[in-house]
Amino acid sequence: MVTAPAEMAPPVSVGARAQRLIRWIAPAAGVVLFVALYLVFKGTDVLPHDDDAAFFRGLNDARDWVDENRNNNPVFLFFLNYIRLFVADLFTVFQSALAGLGWPGLIGVAAGLGWLAGGWRIAAVSVAGFAGIGVLGLWDASVDTLALTLSAVLLSLVVGIPIGVLTGRSPSVRRIVTPVLDVMQIMPTFSYLSPIVLLFLIGPASATLATMIYAIPPAIRITALAIERVPPTVVEASESLGATRWQTMRKVRLPMALNTIALGVNQTIAAALSMVPLVALIAAPGLGVDLIRALAQVNVGAALVPGIGIVLIAIVLDRITRSAAVARAGSRVWRWAGLVVAVVAGLALTPVLSAEFPEQWEIQIVRPINDVVSWIEGNWYVFTGFLNDTVAYGLLNPLQNLLTSAPWWLITLAVLAFAWRISGLRAGLIAAGCLAAIAALSLWEHSMETLTIVLVAAVITIAAGAALGIGAARSRWFAAVLRPVLDAAQTMPSFSYLLPAVALFGNGRFTAIIASVIYAVPVVARLVEDGLRAVPGTVLEAARSAGSTDRQLLWKVQLPMARSSLLLAANQGIVMTLAMVVIGALVGAGALGYDVVAGISQQEDYGKGLAAGVALVLLGIMLDRITQGASGRLNPEKKRIA
Amino acid sequence: MNKLRLVAGVLVLGLAAAGCGGAKVDDTSAAAPSANASGGAAPVGTVKMAINGWVGYEASAAVVDYLLENKLNYKVEKVNLAEEPSWQGMESGSVDVVLENWGHDDLKKKYIEEKGIAVEAGPNGNKGVIGWYVPEWMVQKYPDITDYKNLNKYADLFKTSESDGKGQLLDGDPSFVTNDEALVKNLKLDYKVVYAGSEAALIKAAQQATQQQKPLLMYFYEPQWLFNQLKLVKINLPAYTAGCDSDPKKVACDYPPYDLDKIVSKKFADTGGAAYELVKNFTWTNDDQNKVADDITNNGLSPEDAAKKWVEANPTVWQAWIPK
Repeated sequence: MVTAPAEMAPPVSVGARAQRLIRWIAPAAGVVLFVALYLVFKGTDVLPHDDDAAFFRGLNDARDWVDENRNNNPVFLFFLNYIRLFVADLFTVFQSALAGLGWPGLIGVAAGLGWLAGGWRIAAVSVAGFAGIGVLGLWDASVDTLALTLSAVLLSLVVGIPIGVLTGRSPSVRRIVTPVLDVMQIMPTFSYLSPIVLLFLIGPASATLATMIYAIPPAIRITALAIERVPPTVVEASESLGATRWQTMRKVRLPMALNTIALGVNQTIAAALSMVPLVALIAAPGLGVDLIRALAQVNVGAALVPGIGIVLIAIVLDRITRSAAVARAGSRVWRWAGLVVAVVAGLALTPVLSAEFPEQWEIQIVRPINDVVSWIEGNWYVFTGFLNDTVAYGLLNPLQNLLTSAPWWLITLAVLAFAWRISGLRAGLIAAGCLAAIAALSLWEHSMETLTIVLVAAVITIAAGAALGIGAARSRWFAAVLRPVLDAAQTMPSFSYLLPAVALFGNGRFTAIIASVIYAVPVVARLVEDGLRAVPGTVLEAARSAGSTDRQLLWKVQLPMARSSLLLAANQGIVMTLAMVVIGALVGAGALGYDVVAGISQQEDYGKGLAAGVALVLLGIMLDRITQGASGRLNPEKKRIA
Repeated sequence: MNKLRLVAGVLVLGLAAAGCGGAKVDDTSAAAPSANASGGAAPVGTVKMAINGWVGYEASAAVVDYLLENKLNYKVEKVNLAEEPSWQGMESGSVDVVLENWGHDDLKKKYIEEKGIAVEAGPNGNKGVIGWYVPEWMVQKYPDITDYKNLNKYADLFKTSESDGKGQLLDGDPSFVTNDEALVKNLKLDYKVVYAGSEAALIKAAQQATQQQKPLLMYFYEPQWLFNQLKLVKINLPAYTAGCDSDPKKVACDYPPYDLDKIVSKKFADTGGAAYELVKNFTWTNDDQNKVADDITNNGLSPEDAAKKWVEANPTVWQAWIPK
């Protein structure tokens, strides 16, 4: 076989083939070496989990110290406690203002803002969206959620826009800010609940701050981008007319960047809303409370309804801010008059209509949903049980067994080698460093368990996302059907995905996997589709005229040319999977996510929970670094050349 | 043109709203009295009540909530929280009342004795039991299974895909009072604790184990309405002696019998007035709680309606709680 092509083809081909073989020798040898080392050292240096590790007890002592000194240490007295009070007050102001408007007033304000931003269409969307919330019986909880979201968004913008402006103006600031934002966006949201609760106790203040951590990166990033993109010729013109730096900033740069910054506001709101369910764990009022409660009752219908409520709020806020970002022609007076009319009309109705959203307008959809669910439970049990067991015994258990029975240094070395090959030495060293740090946190075994679930979920996610993305790229018809489905899947709060998964598969790791697949597939599919569509048509035509079949076209031309978007899709898929797998702890997926939940709710596990939060961040950075090589996000040189 | 479409849109919306309103006429009759009651005079004050994650607690809370709102005209804010964060909530001001506290001597020491921000408000009358349970059919088939010493013999029966080749001990919400991981370790049992995540998941597991005769060993507790529906048998762990559970990592004995009690924040005890008096006086039996919990879970009543039903049926019990 090996000699056949050599006879027919010119010698270049032999060389290429040999080269290809040589390229594969190193990885193959690596795998053989790994297997050999594993067989020899299996069961040694495995770092089994110890709930009572000295490190955890040390963290507990630190917590006790903070608890005792909360009211007499100057850092708390003059700084942290003030932040807490200020943020709590801000939330209360928003809450009482929104509640004070009454439901007709609030709908009027939303309609007015919609009118101001985008005309009657947006106004109608706002009215329909907010009325829908009322009809679903979610009015009071939604007002709390809205208040929390708006306070978090306001704080994010007040802090984020100046930082964004600085980042856009000064490369040295950017060098500091960018990696920090990277880490903030990789961090699973679960991981920062424990430290925030330690510093600010539970309640709306902590919830607002946790939301802010998640929502601020887009505000900073997009502002920086907007400022950078202001054409230098305009700035020069302004400076040559004698404007000071401050004047140039205020009169030229900011106004020109304004539309893009409005998009940043849009993204910030979206991020803030996705935190709504999570912060209910630390006593934030709102729709998240209903969602978590329904989750505890395994009541799919009752969880879906607040999920829809969050989506409605998201749609209204999204449409308003998005159309505000588009400059609109038309009379200014006319627009403001519309706002005033809508607000006044709403407020005038407030005292007339009842104070609470009328109960007779509410519709009940919980029961029909639950009927469907119990039918599925009753009839699909054999199939879902089989699927669960196949994945658990066929994939999860063997992989987990491998990861937890191999010596920690062997896993670390393997990760170093793997990341080095895919993303370079620097990434490899960082990834290995993260693993070593996890070992030092005494959470090795649980981290390996989490890693197992993430890897299996990521493989399924990437396979499913790639299949959908390829399908959508090849068929306009399929793309047209897929797009709205993916859009809807992306706006639902990630917690809602746990519910159907629980209903189908009961509690366990497979449920977390299914939920994270639903959560991450839309993004992966979209990136794959965009990547394939970006392959120039001329290239495809050339390949076709050379006689390629469709299959060859896909495998030999499109996929290789879209390599960087495919790897970016893999990177995003893995990071999102991690975030969701951790949340899966709430439905019995265990491991690190469980440690975090236990840390919040059990005193003696606090230290373990805090350490688990850090381990999650490290795991996230490690997975991101391994796959970042191609994404170009951390490759400023390349960007500058482009 | 645009105007026309706008008018049409408004009309459609209006019709849709009217349509919803029409479909709901018969539902509203049940809710009308409560709407009237809460629409009366401005409330005297607000009580922030922690709601822990099991339906028995919710039943107690529903009844106290109902009485506070309808008999004393208070507004009640329910704060859904796990047990220990509820204590923390008293410190941060987001919780006034915990109605069903399970022991938590460490928290009592910290928040009542050391910090002085919470006080005890007496027992609520419910007797709590925590333990390990198996469905009744298993005891008929394996009579000696109720002794913990024999559990290792049967570990293979309880194997699942989640239990690492050991037997599975199914626990509830990670925030519930539990020594199970320490117990498994210290009693040298060949089991792994797997967290189902919630009370509802435990109940579902128990129902399936009974109907489909599937082996199940699980953490469970009383008061609990499920015991009226199916029979579970408690495993005998080494007997509880005072202080045997003082170090949570070294526990090797059964859970103590709990006299469930009420905890309120110091602030609420000082300024809560009639609401505090009612909470302090509140005491009822496991049967009372199970009845209300059963209505909420199985008879499709909202907590509010279940509470109303119980209040109407048991005037002599709750009238003793209303402050004179």
